Amino acid sequence: MSARGRGRRSRFAPMLLLAFALVLVGGIYTAVAPNAAQADTQTTGDAAHGEKLFITNCATCHGTGAVGSDLAPSLIGVGAASVHFQVTTGRMPMQASGAQAPAKPPQFDESEALDLAAYVATLGPGPEIPTEDQVDPAQGSPANGMLLFRTNCAMCHNAVGAGGALTEGKYAPSLMESTPTVIYEAMLTGPQSMPGFNDATLTPDEKRDVIAFLMEQRGTQPGGFALGSIGPVSEGIWVFIVGLGSLIGIAVWVGSRSS
Amino acid sequence: MTDTTTSAAITEPIVPKPVSGTVDYLDQRVGAASMIKGLSRKLFPDHWSFLLGEIALYSFIVLLLSGFFLTMFFVPSMTEVHYPEDALPVTMQGVEMSEAFASTLNMSFHVRGGLLMRQIHHWAALMFVGSMVVHMLRIFFTGAFRKPRELNYLVGFSMLILSLLAGLTGYSLPDDVLSGNGLRITDGVVKSLPIIGSYMSYMVFGGEFPGTDVIPRMFTLHILLIPALILGLVALHLFLVFWQKHTQYPGPGRTDKNVVGYPLFPVYMAKAGGFFFIVFGVLALMGAFMSINSVWNYGPFDPALVSAGAQPDWYMLFLEGSLRLMPGQPEFVILGWTLSLNVLIPAVVIPGLLFTFLGAYPFIEAAVTKDTGEHHVLDRPRNAATRTSLGAAFLSVFIVLLVAGANDLVATHFGLSLNAITWVLRVLFFVLPVVVFVITKRICLALQRKDREVVLHGHETGTVRRTADGRFYEVHQPLDEFERWVRVGHHVYRPLQLAPAEDANGVRRPGGRLDGIRTTLSRFFYEDRVEPVTPAELATAHSHGEHDQLPAGESSRVGELTSTSGTSH
Repeated sequence: MSARGRGRRSRFAPMLLLAFALVLVGGIYTAVAPNAAQADTQTTGDAAHGEKLFITNCATCHGTGAVGSDLAPSLIGVGAASVHFQVTTGRMPMQASGAQAPAKPPQFDESEALDLAAYVATLGPGPEIPTEDQVDPAQGSPANGMLLFRTNCAMCHNAVGAGGALTEGKYAPSLMESTPTVIYEAMLTGPQSMPGFNDATLTPDEKRDVIAFLMEQRGTQPGGFALGSIGPVSEGIWVFIVGLGSLIGIAVWVGSRSS
Repeated sequence: MTDTTTSAAITEPIVPKPVSGTVDYLDQRVGAASMIKGLSRKLFPDHWSFLLGEIALYSFIVLLLSGFFLTMFFVPSMTEVHYPEDALPVTMQGVEMSEAFASTLNMSFHVRGGLLMRQIHHWAALMFVGSMVVHMLRIFFTGAFRKPRELNYLVGFSMLILSLLAGLTGYSLPDDVLSGNGLRITDGVVKSLPIIGSYMSYMVFGGEFPGTDVIPRMFTLHILLIPALILGLVALHLFLVFWQKHTQYPGPGRTDKNVVGYPLFPVYMAKAGGFFFIVFGVLALMGAFMSINSVWNYGPFDPALVSAGAQPDWYMLFLEGSLRLMPGQPEFVILGWTLSLNVLIPAVVIPGLLFTFLGAYPFIEAAVTKDTGEHHVLDRPRNAATRTSLGAAFLSVFIVLLVAGANDLVATHFGLSLNAITWVLRVLFFVLPVVVFVITKRICLALQRKDREVVLHGHETGTVRRTADGRFYEVHQPLDEFERWVRVGHHVYRPLQLAPAEDANGVRRPGGRLDGIRTTLSRFFYEDRVEPVTPAELATAHSHGEHDQLPAGESSRVGELTSTSGTSH
């Protein structure tokens, strides 16, 4: 080590240390973080186990036997699709009262969710969880899905499903991360503020077309970074921050060289 | 052959033959030498904020170049076609659409460089209006619009309006759902005009909205009429800048009678030329990496549709915000005629007031100062406290309207209630400008007082000395002449005094009511002010010993607010 370097640290040392610490923490997190629940091939759950889970986790609000209470509606007849949607997206069990139940990391894994769904399905007939075939985007038509989506969905969910605002703090969530099954179930059951689209309004084939359109949005964007896909407002913010910001920075540099 | 090249190299060591030959040719025919000689030695003052207008100019050139490319592929027709089954994007295959939309898709997905050009064109459009607005703010806050530049201010103002029209017409051309929504709002605004509204709408659209005429009409406006007008005004704008000479910031040796700066050639030729390529480069990078107006997301226009997050480009967003803030109730039917105040007020009256203020401001200020002198040295914004505060208040209204235009996105991204945001913004629309005006004015006056303080006492050094007899004082570093120049050179206006209604002979004062208004406004503008330090005051301050201390009686006058109210302080 040179005599000059012995006494002091490089001025990049704190940054390197910080970068090292971030990589370390990130690495440890990736190693020990719980993996997302893997979707398995099981399609029907164990209703008896589901009932136990229900009594422990859901009956406080929905009542014993899911008959409903002052806090929450009855679940008799909502069907397996509704339960599967609410539980696998983490919306239920609800964390706190609010304008609407937000999606969050699910509390139950896939098989537990199916058990719960199977239990609720025994209480009364309701919409079933769709099959793999029904939600396969490869079998749908994105173009027809585009026409259906913009007629039925875009006024709340935005033109490509990036989400939008509703009244009083409610909102239509982004569909960019939703699985095809969850999208199908949402259309079928109409959770929260969303209207339901039964098979007479949107046939199962049309639902699959909508899914095909939404999956098409997740590929590479032809124009570069999508900037949130929320339209001209984000474009306006970007032109001021990135465009005009950098040009004014350069103008300061150009203007300072001779004065 | 070898001989001639050798001799040429000897006789003309610097300028190569093709250049000198061309220059000589031009000189002998149009007298280029004397012209260039004069122009190249013309001086321009230097400051980064003088480049804001250049950003607008260069964005406009980029718009012309990229727009020319786009016209090669765009078909301005509303003829119905089916998009080919084998063409990209897959979400549009076989969909029924207008030829305008189909050609926009085709140029985006199947013309080499087409999408890049579209995106450069659109980013350049946003940048064009954005840099114009920022340039105008610079002009406003530094008082560059004062005599003799009022006319050039109006030229620039007209270009701003034209650029909004250029944006609106260009935005509508692809005939997608979002642009169609914008046109529908335009239609609604036109229809809200009392009596003539519905006739006007039929005239604009050639029948009931949307009809089939509007795209070809917009196309002609967008590529021919509006750019030609803007181009003509750009030429006039630049000519007037040349003719009237550029303004300069206050500084040592700079007065209303001179220009301190560098010559056009080579300094500004290099700077401006280089800056053009920088602007072009930034816009090209944005076009290459950031997607903008992906029309295939919205699909072909259908009057029945509107998607969440439907907003216009940022320069029209204030209008959208104004419409979103307005309560829907004030719509009246009078004798079978509908009076839609719920549209007329936010979409016509409010923008009308805002733009009238903007366009008329130089003349309002000239009227209240009755100043007929020429001004070539810019104001520091703090020294024109009322103007700066009015500008800030204006900006605050504009920003409230921008946020209101994006209220749904504010709601989703910040987890707030849409209704609460709208109500808060409705209140802010009226309250915020007043608050901003008062605060800005206080800040300006405080800064002026600080200037006085510094001129009289010098900079604080943080060095505290103790004298032999035990007193402490802080050493102040006196300002050098250059620093002082900037702080004491400005002119301070005083409120106009109204002459008596009748003079000694009982003759009534000419002017009448107008003079009364002028005087009231003048008082509003200049009642609160801080006088700059006079040479006498400076001499007094400096004569008090080596440690810059003023006697108590005099120091209390430093930075004192003077007022014409007549009461003694």
